[in-house]
Amino acid sequence: MAKITYYTHDNKTYTIDVQNGLTVMEGAIQNDIPGIDADCGGGMACATCHVYVKEEWLNKLPTKEDGEEDMLDMAFEPKNNSRLSCQLIVSDELDGLEVNIPSKQG
Amino acid sequence: MNKTDVLIIGAGPTGLFCAHQLGIIGLSCEIVDNLDKAGGQCIELYPDKPIYDIPAVPECTGEELTNNLLQQIKPFNVKFNLNERVEELKKNQNRWHVKTSGGVEFDVAAIVIAGGVGSFEPRKFSVKESEKFEGNSLFYSIKDKSIFKDKTISIFGGGDSALDWAIELSNTSKVNLIHRRDGFSGAEASVQKVKDLNDQGKLNLFTKYQMDSVSGDKQIETVKIKHDEGEIKEIKSDYVLGFFGLIMQLGPILDWGLNINKKTVEVNTENFETNVSGIFAIGDICSYPGKLKLILSGFHEGALAARGCFKYAKPDEKLRFEFTTTSKAAQERLGIKK
Repeated sequence: MAKITYYTHDNKTYTIDVQNGLTVMEGAIQNDIPGIDADCGGGMACATCHVYVKEEWLNKLPTKEDGEEDMLDMAFEPKNNSRLSCQLIVSDELDGLEVNIPSKQG
Repeated sequence: MNKTDVLIIGAGPTGLFCAHQLGIIGLSCEIVDNLDKAGGQCIELYPDKPIYDIPAVPECTGEELTNNLLQQIKPFNVKFNLNERVEELKKNQNRWHVKTSGGVEFDVAAIVIAGGVGSFEPRKFSVKESEKFEGNSLFYSIKDKSIFKDKTISIFGGGDSALDWAIELSNTSKVNLIHRRDGFSGAEASVQKVKDLNDQGKLNLFTKYQMDSVSGDKQIETVKIKHDEGEIKEIKSDYVLGFFGLIMQLGPILDWGLNINKKTVEVNTENFETNVSGIFAIGDICSYPGKLKLILSGFHEGALAARGCFKYAKPDEKLRFEFTTTSKAAQERLGIKK
């Protein structure tokens, strides 16, 4: 279990306990957190679960698999701290993770 | 006006198999899709990726699956209306009057929405001013490349479309290729070619830059691009092209009075009809308790929705359940000669 904090672009904060094994994307979808669409359902086939990860977490996250960076090229306003939240699998190590949700996904 | 029994919206695997099921029970249909080819997400998102969970097919790619489905519906001569998006829907007595973006009109007894997660639209620049130039000097696809001759073109993106057009247009235009990082998702050979052209001074490659702003009077005159570190460059440009892939949008479906929940359409599980009678929804776009977004579920949903359409298309006839192994009628429809 990990506490994950999601900040929406209109400054709403959601702090949720997400079970280990789920993804950061699923944590948002299951808790109706707005702004993460996840059109492809977690297949790294779209870029609509794009989030900005708080800088200090960047190096603690699992590294990007082939393909994630390619999909991020398609994301709305990608930055250096951009990740696809479907690729971030929750574990105890992610306890306290903070992500910002972009103003839109496409 | 095209008169047919059923209009299927979406030419993905679910829509294609639904056309098959309609054909088997003797109903005619046409298919509309916003893309330029059949296959939906299978073709647009993962044509080469193997799929492992199609029943009785241990492994096939999205492209193979699409081709097999097209083969399977061949006997029914289904008409495809590609590059068309359904815009308007009107009830006309017991039938539906449908109009597409390109002005094609249909008169149908029932509608099956097999629209996946919506129609594919190009992803656009996030810079606000870019809208002003869209369609005149800023494009997301190329229809007539001759307009670029001897002009300065700034191309944004790092996939195959961006690379291929940069290479092609560099023959006759001055090309700037701008991409947000050093890596590219396009084919290795194209990446090399672009780098070679850059070394030879035949195009200008800017990596780690993204669009900052576009400006001009009626047409684009200048583009500002911003480096990761904050530095801004101004480049003269007659045209701007953006190739950021496609995004799926529900579009006009939202206005049809359907019960929509989280970008999906609510249906019953008896025949996959929506809250509006005569409109069915199958595949990724439909939702019901226990819904799985699998292709195999879409096939099941399509088979039942096809039968649900029957009473609207042939209100005076009764549909009998038959197997293709033994039904003469079904075999005739399939064109099987014995």
